[in-house]
Amino acid sequence: MRCSTLLASMLAAALLGGCAMPEPWVKPHERERLADPIMQWQGDLLAAKNSQHVRDIREGARGANGVQGGGCGCK
Amino acid sequence: MRLLNALTGLLGGALAFTGTTTGARAAPLPPDRAEGMYHLYTGGGLTSQGPALLLRKSLAEKVSVSGQLYVDAVSNASVDVVTTASKYKETRTELGLGLDYAVRDSNINVSLASSKEPDYRADAVSLDIAQETFGGMTTVNLGFTRAADKVGRAGIGFFDNAKHWQYRAGVTQILTSRWIASANLEAISDSGYLGNPYRAARVFGAAVPENVPRTRSSRALNLRVIGDMGSRDSLRGSYRYFWDNWDVRAHTLEGGYSRYVGESFLLDGFVRYYRQDKASFYSDNAQVQNLYVTRNRQLGTYNGVTLGGKATYDWMKLAGKYPMKLNGALELLRYRYSDYTDLRSGSPYSLNAAVLQLYVTASY
Amino acid sequence: MPKPIKIDMPQRRSLLGLVLLAAAGAAGAKVATQAQAPDFTLRQLDGPNLRLGEQRGRVVMVNFWATWCGPCRVEMPHLSRLYDKYRNSGFVLLGVNIDDDPGAAKAVAGKLGLKFPVLLDTDKKVVATYDLNAMPATVLIDRDGRVRHLHRGYREGVEQTYEQQLRDLLKE
Repeated sequence: MRCSTLLASMLAAALLGGCAMPEPWVKPHERERLADPIMQWQGDLLAAKNSQHVRDIREGARGANGVQGGGCGCK
Repeated sequence: MRLLNALTGLLGGALAFTGTTTGARAAPLPPDRAEGMYHLYTGGGLTSQGPALLLRKSLAEKVSVSGQLYVDAVSNASVDVVTTASKYKETRTELGLGLDYAVRDSNINVSLASSKEPDYRADAVSLDIAQETFGGMTTVNLGFTRAADKVGRAGIGFFDNAKHWQYRAGVTQILTSRWIASANLEAISDSGYLGNPYRAARVFGAAVPENVPRTRSSRALNLRVIGDMGSRDSLRGSYRYFWDNWDVRAHTLEGGYSRYVGESFLLDGFVRYYRQDKASFYSDNAQVQNLYVTRNRQLGTYNGVTLGGKATYDWMKLAGKYPMKLNGALELLRYRYSDYTDLRSGSPYSLNAAVLQLYVTASY
Repeated sequence: MPKPIKIDMPQRRSLLGLVLLAAAGAAGAKVATQAQAPDFTLRQLDGPNLRLGEQRGRVVMVNFWATWCGPCRVEMPHLSRLYDKYRNSGFVLLGVNIDDDPGAAKAVAGKLGLKFPVLLDTDKKVVATYDLNAMPATVLIDRDGRVRHLHRGYREGVEQTYEQQLRDLLKE
């Protein structure tokens, strides 16, 4: 790591420490709508598994039916 | 030592991004749940039905345990079966066990799955980690699954096996107080017997045993967005692109809408479009002698449209104990094959099918 | 001419990490202990308005919660227990609910059997003023109306810290 790179990263850190870094713009208390079950991509577990199984048998594509995380903002 | 230094650097960077939120954070465990379902698939000469059960319970506020049972009784007289063999009946049973552990703003899930049918056994173990960052606005998901199958054939028993490795990575991002977007990537590698011992290929009009490569490597990228529409309803859309080293290319486009109606009802509808381009060694009737050849229509060129609807009734009054929901869902599927001929009629094959799901869910 | 200081690779990575860590610390947490707690007046679930300023002389715990927040629901029984134990010693617990629908708050409060005052901050003005960036969020205020402790989120076992801090404030 050259000196210039080190300086650049220190500058970035200074900026991060200042006002340039965006704050999380949706506060935890504003996430009521996101916590609703209809805001989940995947529906009920067994039904989703069954639907996906029907497709997996008949289709050549597989994967990336991932799980959606977050949304509630609760900690 | 070098790893430690790299980790310190990474941690520092991550902390800088999480900004001002400090102090106790806890990603919630998945909620306690019980589900009981009856499922039915019928179409193209094949009927499959059975019950499924799911139970999930949290223990000591730190850990959640879940168990699943899924049964599929299949009665198969599909085009592949009747044109090359005779129809049959068999039952597949799948058991799953999962453990969720929440620590700070991470959720770790370990699960086991085991599927058994007379001529196929599949066992898998998975690890999934969900990490909340950036004030809870961004969730990063990483996952890994290792599966091992035993492949058999009626009459001769288990004769070969297959292994699978799945790697998943995804990001879910809260865009506004009403919109969420996510991107997921999954890479799957397979090794071993990847064909179907019952399927025959056709070369120069004659039926020959199919020969499928013993390795496969695929990738899928899925982009999703979901938004609250403001009248107790939500709209969702997704696009997935799939590609692998067998030359299969597939696009999946899906859109759905959910809406609360009145005090007790929830209605949901979706449309799904699937389009696939065939594997390089797929042929309806090969005119060239190649090393690999298959006539498994799953690997051909086709498109599929699905229309689905679901109605949920909120039934709160089970002796005042806990709220239960009654659900009914119906899916209508149509697949149109461009390069698979129905040998009974001589024209390209077309499959119409329906899926019915009747189930009860309870949260407690 | 001083010799240039040679920093080797592992040391450079550590340095970078430390620099970023320092930046994170300097990014400024919005903590406001020792300052006066911003006053507010909110409607209670079952009736009249309640003003924070009127609680002077008592130790106040303000807990921001919502029915859609899982950890909030897990925390509730612990808060209820603390309220029952110390309410006669000059302690008051205010549960500020931020649901869009007060009906939902009423249903959950009933189901959990909450005895402490539940206040309705439907337009989320009070929670925005306190700006704790967490759900649930708990503020401990001493008898003079000063903010003494802030808790962001709920972690298993933190109710013991609440109790300890509460007892110390009651002793003052």
